[in-house]
Amino acid sequence: MLKDKVILKIRDIRKIYHTKEKEILAVDNFSFDLKQGEFVAIVGPSGCGKSTILSILCGLEDASSGTINKVDNLKFGYMLQSDNLFEWRTIYKNCILGLEIQNLKDKEHIKYVNSLIKTYGLLEFKDAYPSNLSGGMRQRVSLIRTLATKPDVLLLDEPFSALDQETRLAVSDDVYRIIKKENKSAIMVTHDIGEAVSMADRVIVLSDRPSEVKNIYEIKIKNRKNPIENRKTKEFSDYYDLIWKDIGYHV
Amino acid sequence: MYSLEHKKYLKKIRRNSILVHLTQILIIALFIFIWQFAANNEWINTFIYSSPKSILETIIDLYKDGSLFHHIWVTFYEVIISFILGTVIGIVVASILWRFKFLARVLDPYLTILNSLPKVSLGPVIIIIAGAGVKSIILMALFISVIVTIINVHQAFISTDSNKIKLLESFRASKCQIFFKLIIPSNFQNIISTFKVNLGLVFIGVIMGEFLVSKAGVGYLIMYGSQVFNLNLVMTGIIILAVMASLMYYLIVFIEKRCEK
Repeated sequence: MLKDKVILKIRDIRKIYHTKEKEILAVDNFSFDLKQGEFVAIVGPSGCGKSTILSILCGLEDASSGTINKVDNLKFGYMLQSDNLFEWRTIYKNCILGLEIQNLKDKEHIKYVNSLIKTYGLLEFKDAYPSNLSGGMRQRVSLIRTLATKPDVLLLDEPFSALDQETRLAVSDDVYRIIKKENKSAIMVTHDIGEAVSMADRVIVLSDRPSEVKNIYEIKIKNRKNPIENRKTKEFSDYYDLIWKDIGYHV
Repeated sequence: MYSLEHKKYLKKIRRNSILVHLTQILIIALFIFIWQFAANNEWINTFIYSSPKSILETIIDLYKDGSLFHHIWVTFYEVIISFILGTVIGIVVASILWRFKFLARVLDPYLTILNSLPKVSLGPVIIIIAGAGVKSIILMALFISVIVTIINVHQAFISTDSNKIKLLESFRASKCQIFFKLIIPSNFQNIISTFKVNLGLVFIGVIMGEFLVSKAGVGYLIMYGSQVFNLNLVMTGIIILAVMASLMYYLIVFIEKRCEK
């Protein structure tokens, strides 16, 4: 596929949640395009319906209205907030969970999973159980589980929020490298502006509920490197301030 | 190699657990001894309270006329059949209720009523329907255990972590896959504890049933003993029951440990 090719077109997504007492307009007028190989971050105040957008894209929930156009056979991989590893399965068995469900347990996919496990430093834990792993390692297993089915677009739902600060930086660096190396497109939802600016090619800022697109920032950093290095650049702090004001967190 | 301190620690743990076991044995030994002693000195009326010695003699008599293992076998057989039926039916129904939420909501009040109803009151009805025999006893035990199983297992199933379900759904898993890959394995502990509860309930059911209708079994021994005022027989029955119930309980614990490996 060509670089810069638009693989996903989202137009005017609207989502209403119904409860007995009231209806809640969670997302309104949400539109954007995703290009091949692009890393897009969606930031916004907490509870503004960011995760809803991912659930809709993944097909777990239906939008109330709006359209999603995607290129044929575009496959999504969803990485949830908590790692959700199955404690009764070994690391390897956790990694191939998606393959088992989608009946993809063939030689090619197994080989791919094994190479991922090896590349990302989990080989010696392959037959261990999740309880023996650190938070950062668990998150890596969760990523491998998502990558195993070879999705084209990764949907990351606050993937690092369960981790402490240092691990968080290291793991986001890891995950970023893995995604770039495997040449995936990604949409990441986060409330951490720094995370968004340091990782993404584009940052979509959402308003408070109902979530509408307030602004889209093209993140242009000279000498762009990995997230931790990006954080040290001048552009990083400029974008950070811009987005901070945009979201309008009130202290 | 462990440090000296760690060795001391291990030794302390071991000594503690030996002490617990010794005390346990001491209590039962003391109990039997005092009981026998009181009987010998006629502090208690042995006609009512029996004595360890007469219980042992009764067991030997039963063994000699060949009926001991017959009664044990009959009760054991009834317990096993009702236990298996109750557990299997309970888990299957709970699974169906998990799968069809509508049905679960519809049946909820009925299950609650059936659960609070003293099942023994169904005894006469069961006897009329199933006849005065083993069938009635098994049905009785089944009624007592199955409702609780359904409620407990269903409750455990629907409390499964919704994030894990979401994860499987993101892989486009079918309900059936979710059930076998997540619901069952994540509720393994709950299912085992249901086994334990069930075993106790089934024993209650079987003995109740044997009290009402039976020609053999440990419950029959107790009932018969009380009718002919042979309290030795009654006490013997109770002791046999206690031994049977604990043996079967440990069997489940054993199976549980094997499965965990």
